[in-house]
Amino acid sequence: MYEIRIHSRGGQGGVTAAKLLALAAFRDGKHATACPFYGAERRGAPVVSFVRIDDQPIKVYSQIHEPDLVIVLDTSIMDVVDVLQGLKDGGTVFLNSAHALEECNGTCCRHVDLTGIALAQDLVVAGSPILNTPVLGALAKMGIVTLPSVEQAIQEMFADERNVKAAKAAYEELKV
Amino acid sequence: MLTIATGNKAVAAAVKAARPGVIAAYPITPQTEIVEQIADYVTDGDLESRYIPVESEHSAMAACIGASAGGVRTFTATSSHGLLYMHEMVHWAAGARLPIVMANVNRALGPGWNTWAEHTDAFSQRDTGWLQVFVGTVQEAYDATLMAFKIAENERVLLPVMVNQDGFALSHIMQSLETVEIGDFLPPFHLPHAIDTENPCGYGPMTGPADYFRFRWDIERSMRDARGVIADVEREFAERFGRTYGPTEDYRCEDADVVVVAVGTLGKEAEMAIDRLRDEGVKAGSMRLRWFRPFPDLDLSGRDVVVIDRDYSFGFGGVVAHSIRSKTGIEPYSVIAGLGGQEVTYNDIADFVRNRRPGEETWFGVSDHV
Repeated sequence: MYEIRIHSRGGQGGVTAAKLLALAAFRDGKHATACPFYGAERRGAPVVSFVRIDDQPIKVYSQIHEPDLVIVLDTSIMDVVDVLQGLKDGGTVFLNSAHALEECNGTCCRHVDLTGIALAQDLVVAGSPILNTPVLGALAKMGIVTLPSVEQAIQEMFADERNVKAAKAAYEELKV
Repeated sequence: MLTIATGNKAVAAAVKAARPGVIAAYPITPQTEIVEQIADYVTDGDLESRYIPVESEHSAMAACIGASAGGVRTFTATSSHGLLYMHEMVHWAAGARLPIVMANVNRALGPGWNTWAEHTDAFSQRDTGWLQVFVGTVQEAYDATLMAFKIAENERVLLPVMVNQDGFALSHIMQSLETVEIGDFLPPFHLPHAIDTENPCGYGPMTGPADYFRFRWDIERSMRDARGVIADVEREFAERFGRTYGPTEDYRCEDADVVVVAVGTLGKEAEMAIDRLRDEGVKAGSMRLRWFRPFPDLDLSGRDVVVIDRDYSFGFGGVVAHSIRSKTGIEPYSVIAGLGGQEVTYNDIADFVRNRRPGEETWFGVSDHV
């Protein structure tokens, strides 16, 4: 079972990213669950969502305490939340950033400027760049889901070609 | 069709397939997505129903009672305080023998204000005469809702059915969902005592002790008959659609020395704990209680039993633990856990089994360390 924890701020689309990722994995023929953790959220507050992907049906409903992958859609959260908490040995962290993490301590760190990609595609809703579709492209490049399934999942949820373009741009931009 | 959906969306999809004539509901977290989706179906013309946006849950159930007595299939959905607010009408629906189906998304009761999973809301309706089933997956939320209409409307039952799922823990997570072409699985709605203007009779008149007492006995007879009807409907569902359900979902119980009994998502999470314990050589199994009313006969003889209650009856104990004690004579290890959405992992459940003390009660993380 591959376990993913997504950190974002309320309104940035972390919950939708989790749902899109689960849908893409499902379109790959895998079992997947997306579990947003709902608290007393409001726009701008740190929020967390979880995705599990497995070849077997998934029976776990609790939160993910030892993720294989941590996704940070807003690096300013790292000032207030220990996003690496519980990350498995050999785990990966992905940042929405033009820059890599300063201290990776042996963790596999990847990054793409998703915000820049969203702005280039004019993907902005209520003043916030849309990050949940480009991040799927980066995850496809990392081999967590396939790019065709990402495109399919995005088209199932949003009838807007710019989202697919953004995902493809992130796919191209991520160096692995 | 195979897709991925939340527990709430699964219920809405099943309601669309069941084609009720009237839906009356009032939104409440975490159930709102169900009635929003159904309202969309009606607005978009995908479901030809009368959708009544009432001003309260009490009115929601009252509207369902009127519509059902008028001879149409009815549905509503609620949660927590909404369920408690309709409590008077919940009793009435069963007493009037109306086969209403209600989704209840289990949520804790305030204060403190809390929107997360707990079963006390449903268990507080225990003595209303409603059948109650608890689901553990998104697929089961869909399947159980479809079956609920068929069970409720069976002339040997004619009692309302409440389909329960854990707030957020199931209502808001996405899992795979296969929707079905129901064909003639659900026959046209027929209520033998529906209001008929050609044959006027009294509804809800004053009823003397002798007749009233017989009506109560009649509810209990139907509740007893419901066991067989539930089994028949679940068997037919398996034959038609290939998914099998029963009064409990048993996992690795055959040779188990210790069995975990839990309800809802904790009952599924328990299966992960069982796999861990089996790897350690502990002969453990799990039994996820699906039907709470009518309460099933359980074969637990000769085993240690660990009951996880996501509920509590103050001054008495865990509702499921005490039900098991009274049905089986077994003294379980009663673990109170998950109230108000408390995080309970499969590792925690494995610890409950490892550290079990039959006959005792523990409040997980509060009264004791297990």
